[in-house]
Amino acid sequence: MDLVVNVLSMCIPFSVALLLASLGEMFNQRAGIFNLGCEGVMAMGAFSGMLVPFLVGHGGAVPMVYNALGFLLAGVIGALLGLLFGLVVITFRAPQGIAGIGMQMFGVGVAGTLFRYFVGGTQSVPGVPSFPIPVLSKIPVLGKIFFSHNIVVYLAFLFVLLSNFILFKTSWGLRVRAVGTHPRAADSMGINVTLTRYESLLVGGALAGIAGAYLSLCQAKMFSDELISGRGFIAVALVYFGHWNPYKIMLGALLFSLAQTFQSVVQGLGISFPYEFAVMLPYILVIVVLAFSSRDQKSAPASLGKPFNREIRT
Amino acid sequence: MSKGFKIAYKLGIIAVSILAVIFISSVILVVLDAPILKTFYTICIMPLTRSLHITEILIRAIPLAITAIGVSVAYRSGIINIGAEGQMAMGILAFTATALALPDVPRPVLLPFALLMAALSGGIWGFIPGILKAKLNVSELLSTVMLNYIAAQFYTFCLRVVMMDPAEKMSGGGTPQSMRLTENVWLSRISGRLHYGIVIAVVLAVLIYILLWKTTVGYKMRASGSGARAARYGGINVPLFVVASMVISGAFAGLAGGIEIAGVHRRAIEGITNNYGFSAVVVALFGGLHPLGILPASFFFGLMIYGSTLCPRQVGVPANIVDVMQGVIILVIVTSQMVLSDKYFQDRLWRKYQSFKKRKEA
Repeated sequence: MDLVVNVLSMCIPFSVALLLASLGEMFNQRAGIFNLGCEGVMAMGAFSGMLVPFLVGHGGAVPMVYNALGFLLAGVIGALLGLLFGLVVITFRAPQGIAGIGMQMFGVGVAGTLFRYFVGGTQSVPGVPSFPIPVLSKIPVLGKIFFSHNIVVYLAFLFVLLSNFILFKTSWGLRVRAVGTHPRAADSMGINVTLTRYESLLVGGALAGIAGAYLSLCQAKMFSDELISGRGFIAVALVYFGHWNPYKIMLGALLFSLAQTFQSVVQGLGISFPYEFAVMLPYILVIVVLAFSSRDQKSAPASLGKPFNREIRT
Repeated sequence: MSKGFKIAYKLGIIAVSILAVIFISSVILVVLDAPILKTFYTICIMPLTRSLHITEILIRAIPLAITAIGVSVAYRSGIINIGAEGQMAMGILAFTATALALPDVPRPVLLPFALLMAALSGGIWGFIPGILKAKLNVSELLSTVMLNYIAAQFYTFCLRVVMMDPAEKMSGGGTPQSMRLTENVWLSRISGRLHYGIVIAVVLAVLIYILLWKTTVGYKMRASGSGARAARYGGINVPLFVVASMVISGAFAGLAGGIEIAGVHRRAIEGITNNYGFSAVVVALFGGLHPLGILPASFFFGLMIYGSTLCPRQVGVPANIVDVMQGVIILVIVTSQMVLSDKYFQDRLWRKYQSFKKRKEA
């Protein structure tokens, strides 16, 4: 029982990075942009997020405001990288898959380079402390699972509701869905396809950056080259798994973080199981999930991955 | 449109592309407070000044060339293989396992057999995303990346548990590496650490050129890649060629791994793949997806990768700068290709140029 509670209470904060990056990618894909650069943006976010508290405190304690500034910087850098990706795939209409790979290499490369220059080796930051919600966290079992995490966790799950609202109840969400489904129709209704797609990349990039900063500030409390280790790609896969719907994406993120906690389950039960195979599990799960969900893509944005050129009739 | 203008347009785009790469890399270097010109000199020219350096460049160019040729076959068939890193790791494992299992088989048999096993296991690792793409329409970009992580973990597991050097176990050092492989699987060296893998790379480049441009199979592969619908209409079994190209691609990456360990390391250690799998994608694109372009391109990137290892000492820039440059190069290549093929943009520039000339005459 203790083990189950422990695993579940670990699984929820672990899912946040996947969740935020995935929601960002969902906005990208709803607008028709397949952004594989998520991994690189997350790496940049993770680095720039930890940079602020590190430079201020040199590994020591810092006031919370610097953590917040770290998140802000990560979001801004992520948004800028999103715009850079937009320049390549929207303005110049480059093929999105391979451009995303370029973006990923660029982001991971820049993060690794700057990290070695500004930070050097493995340096920890104090990170964001956990904030048990006063009354609720006292509830037996449920309190530990749901209400004793850091503040970003609560905000992230509230953001699921918010992004559902944005996507389905606001006019901006309608525009995003329109340009991802039928950009030509949207264009003739006076929607600026290019601008809307840029906006969605801005939002998606910022979210991916914040997701990266969550990893370095809340989860690992440090930065390393292996920090992201494919979470950006898993986030992209989650969007497929979640059928471009925020709630289903949330379920997927929880499922995958459960797979990531598998390793500690094994240790908790005292089974001798090769560590590497436990680490492999989420990646295998991605392939299995994609194999099962790729056939049924009815809810996919119809123009996903297709550049739009209003001057050429198609 | 005059012919001179067309050529000027192309050259102009290429010049802008090169400037863009230099500019973006320079921005990073400015942030690092590094001497920009000296850094570029260290990466691109300094390694060429000594013959020892040149052999080091070439031994990096060999796996790059072989893997990139494989990547280009897949790319031409319409599937982007970014899983070369994992396929290479699987090739290394198969090569090591063969060498460890059959240490007494004479070299003329064992070396080719071990290389074959490396290619085979790389091919199997490439077959998985290929068949998933062909049958279930799973994005190869995601599945190959996931297979990279899986292979990396499996690789560490094998080195740590199954193939670990008995000497390391005895001494308790615990470095995850295999024992030194039998001399029967060594590729001979030409000079320094440079080995005969370079000959294999050139031969493979020629073979792939013949396969892609001089045989029906190659034609069908390229047709599947450039227009899957039209190819299907023309009676080509597109999924079959997608899978086949992925198997070839994986086999090349696996073979590159086998050659790397037979020629350079001669035991399986951590970090042999050295990001070659991702760099190979850049090399393939930079080489115009053509074997004869990939050979010089792989030399150039071998130069950059080796040059970047000199950077920390010479100019205090982390070697990761080469990853930044590779990322930028991909972005710039795909962008400039679109601009080059954009007839409308070219036309607009031509008209601007015409009116500019008229105004000047008037």
